[in-house]
Amino acid sequence: MRDVAIVSFSQLPSVKAIDAADEPELVQPVTADAMKQVGLTQDDIGFTCSGSTDYLPGRPFSFVAAVDGLKAFPPIRESHVEMDGAFALYEAWVRLLHGDIDTALVFSFGKCSLGPVPDILNLQNDPYYVQPLGLDSISAAALQAQAMIDAGKATERDFADVVARNRRNAIDNPNAQIKGDFSVDAMLEEPYLSSPLRKSFCPPLSDSAAAIVLAAGDRARELVKRPAWIRGIDHRTEPHALGQRDLTTSPSSTLAAEKAGLGKGKGKLDVAELHAPFAHQEIILREAMGLGEDVNVNPSGGALAANSLMTAGLIRFGEAASRILSGDASRALAHTTNGVCLQHNLVAVLEGE
Amino acid sequence: MSEILSAPYVLEYTYTRSTGPVVGRFLESLRYEVLEGVKTADGRVLCPPLEYDEEGEPTTNEFVQLRPSGTVKSWSWVQEPRKGHPFDRPFAWALIQIDGSDNAMVHAVDAGKAKRMKTGMRVRLRWADEKKGTIRDIACFEPMAPFLPGPVHLEYDVNPGKHYSAYLRGLQEGKFIGGRDPEAGKVYVPPRGADPMTGNPTSEYVEVPDVGVLTTFTIIRIPFEGQKLKPPYCFGAIVLDGADSPIYHLISGVPHDEIRMGMRVKANWKPRDEWETSLENILYFEPTGEPDVPFDSYKEHL
Amino acid sequence: MAEHCAVIGIGQTKHRESRRDLSIPGLVRDAALRALQDADMTWKDIDSIVIGTAPDMFEGVMMPELWLSDALGAAGKPIFRVHTAGSVGGSTAVVASHLVQGGVHEKVLTLAFEKQSEANAMWALSPAIPFQPQLVAGAGGYFAPLIRSYIRRADAHPDTGCMVAVKDRQNGLLNPNAHLHLDQTLEQVKASPMLWDPIRYSETCPSSDGAVAMVLVSEKHAGRVKNPAWVKGTSVRTERTFFAGRDQVNPAAGKLCAKDVYDEAGIRNPLKEIDCAEVYVPFSWFEPMWLENLGFAEEGEGWKMTMEGKTKIGGEMPWNMSGGVMCTNPIGASGMLRFAEAARQVRGTAERHQVDGAKVALGHAYGGGSQFFAIWIVSSER
Repeated sequence: MRDVAIVSFSQLPSVKAIDAADEPELVQPVTADAMKQVGLTQDDIGFTCSGSTDYLPGRPFSFVAAVDGLKAFPPIRESHVEMDGAFALYEAWVRLLHGDIDTALVFSFGKCSLGPVPDILNLQNDPYYVQPLGLDSISAAALQAQAMIDAGKATERDFADVVARNRRNAIDNPNAQIKGDFSVDAMLEEPYLSSPLRKSFCPPLSDSAAAIVLAAGDRARELVKRPAWIRGIDHRTEPHALGQRDLTTSPSSTLAAEKAGLGKGKGKLDVAELHAPFAHQEIILREAMGLGEDVNVNPSGGALAANSLMTAGLIRFGEAASRILSGDASRALAHTTNGVCLQHNLVAVLEGE
Repeated sequence: MSEILSAPYVLEYTYTRSTGPVVGRFLESLRYEVLEGVKTADGRVLCPPLEYDEEGEPTTNEFVQLRPSGTVKSWSWVQEPRKGHPFDRPFAWALIQIDGSDNAMVHAVDAGKAKRMKTGMRVRLRWADEKKGTIRDIACFEPMAPFLPGPVHLEYDVNPGKHYSAYLRGLQEGKFIGGRDPEAGKVYVPPRGADPMTGNPTSEYVEVPDVGVLTTFTIIRIPFEGQKLKPPYCFGAIVLDGADSPIYHLISGVPHDEIRMGMRVKANWKPRDEWETSLENILYFEPTGEPDVPFDSYKEHL
Repeated sequence: MAEHCAVIGIGQTKHRESRRDLSIPGLVRDAALRALQDADMTWKDIDSIVIGTAPDMFEGVMMPELWLSDALGAAGKPIFRVHTAGSVGGSTAVVASHLVQGGVHEKVLTLAFEKQSEANAMWALSPAIPFQPQLVAGAGGYFAPLIRSYIRRADAHPDTGCMVAVKDRQNGLLNPNAHLHLDQTLEQVKASPMLWDPIRYSETCPSSDGAVAMVLVSEKHAGRVKNPAWVKGTSVRTERTFFAGRDQVNPAAGKLCAKDVYDEAGIRNPLKEIDCAEVYVPFSWFEPMWLENLGFAEEGEGWKMTMEGKTKIGGEMPWNMSGGVMCTNPIGASGMLRFAEAARQVRGTAERHQVDGAKVALGHAYGGGSQFFAIWIVSSER
């Protein structure tokens, strides 16, 4: 199987609202920058793939408008997934294995400022049994958090500790939305949104866009000094209904991590970027993938510091890769989740040469 | 100075869903304030019923009626409900395991106060006044006051009486015994104290063969609590040759859509060493393969 | 490309205006089960699932692959959802084939579906977005002007569109799975009222509920069946919706997509080397337009092939033997139906709509404003 690497990454700062920017206006700057970093133009790119959802702007086929942010003439090889951009990266990785092209451009965009995101996400639920009840994403996550407490696996203070650590890490991240030294005790005084989740335990809602360039084999080595090689990448899903799963575990993450080669290969993990929008989910994912105290989790601040739907996962890949590209890390894990309460998980192991 | 344009935009549609047989059946039963679960291939019960279990196996089409109560497995208190929520006053979300089922249902609990909520608490279903054929025909659940369980288990001694005993002893020997009123000549199976038409004692016992005519039948499809057999099954009236009254038994060994009034049927017995004083010595009646009997000859039995 | 990819199982639902007898999980399960049975496989044999469907708003479930995971036996497996507008059924099959060709998975179930009866496709296609005039009423409204352009540019015989409608519907009569079974004469088709001039009611595709699935495997497993269909070439190409000089009647992306697959499959003369094709024709006039776009006819000459009956079954270049999109259109599935029907032809399993001796077939899908294209070529020979 061909070696494929991440060779560049660009993102827009995640903010509460990027006003007056439609899809092409979000997409153009990040894709142009990601390509420029490695001296490429759209004509050099073999395949383009994006991730986005129609429901954020509430328009079907909204991704079609995004294509207008690219130079798509002559006509490009292009595809799209109605999922986080990290899954578009997965599709691009598969495409590069074909062997006929050497580079791919992946991008995603998400404007959470346009609509009521927690209620929009109710539409991911079973349309017969759950959607009519209006189970928003915070309430669903809350049921999972309560299950963690009931199982003795975590306390609210543990949730607050996760938040404090992530948002403190974000101080060094110019692209993060929420950053600072937040007091755990102050968090525990906040009212509940949906018990046991207090506002701080939940992610912000951000507008952002991000892009990554992938390259295969020697092409990657030509473009950058230290490509972030994708040593393994895999994704797995679980049954859909909340009442059919043990919400305190993530077997799909365990399996995906195993298939991505987490247990094998040289050396320990320096960095793990986990897409855990809710604090308790970071605890679940760490346990599922065996990430101990010695692993630097979410140096970027993670999704608790910046959470643009459909982009937060791709940003995890970008953040993990950039640390390898810069030489700060040799081995990193990138994770993305899809669905309610961690139903579907994608894991990749990235390594320097 | 440029002004950012903005305008509200409502995305609104009412989808008209067809639900398929499993979900459709469940939602329909809610209309009648009946809560059902479906059995999985490995014998668990799911409520709400799913077409496929978590292994991707199709569930069976066997439904069971469940009690409208359950246990809270997880919950979340909402002090300030959002627009789409089931209540506009504080309430709790919960995962509720319905009694008798093996999974949990997402729904709301109208507990009044947050401190009333506890994982493991018992809740009872509250029905919506107006039924629309959706999951919201269950309005919500509410905390259940503790109750005193009252199981019923009574043991009796039953004495079947002389004539019925004769019938049962006959069955023990693989025979059908009827009683005849000598004057009118009618034969009743099982024998009764008296011919209901003449009042004369049916004093003569006669043996009748274990073969006869299926005069009428029904196919049971609905489940009910306490049912021993799994629907669908066929249950019919059989007038044995020489008898003037029918006995009732299961009809099997033939697809349901081929069962006909007037069909000739015979008893399918258990192995001899299993015979007792019971009609259960016969597993069921099955077609003999002979031509059907004309309507006129059995219509009086209907 | 590390591996060869073969199609060894194909299944589809009986398509109808509404399958009220099935839920969405039931619909996808029906098609998937038929494909597995065709391949003589069970759910356990499948390594990975790739699913495609058009905008989530058509069914009102966001990311339906999450909800459908149980119906597809996906727990513990990867499940992936592709969405490239109308071409989605085709691009989904392309992604699935790449998983096999790239050596990532050996046995992939791919599926595409749409349950349009639960919503209203016209509504979903024409939302009232602020600041944009709501001029377009559905897809037909968008394409009618382009068709008018084509008729003018090619000086085409005005009956061409109607000829396609008659042919596709006659073909549909041979296909028990097709939604529309209409026995129409040319006179009846011509007498039908205009919907979006010059597109008549009779020249328009229906709105259908339906699903189609295929099992794609690596060479190692192709021997499970006697008649695998080998994937010889795949491509997807996109161009922008609007730009100066864009030719929407004969789009560059379509031409380039066709060139990609012909190059990969080693085809120099499509008319001679391809035996038949299933092409995405939702409005009758797209047949002559795509005949040109895909290189089966010179520019401006496509309508002649249609008028001469060359695209009928038994003709020189049969197109849409299954009845095509004109008979069956569950939007998300339509592209994959083309790919699947092409595979059936080279496997010899197309029953009454089989082209005798078909060895090489083309499957085509397009979407958006004629901007997304996906094509594959399959052959009975590896």
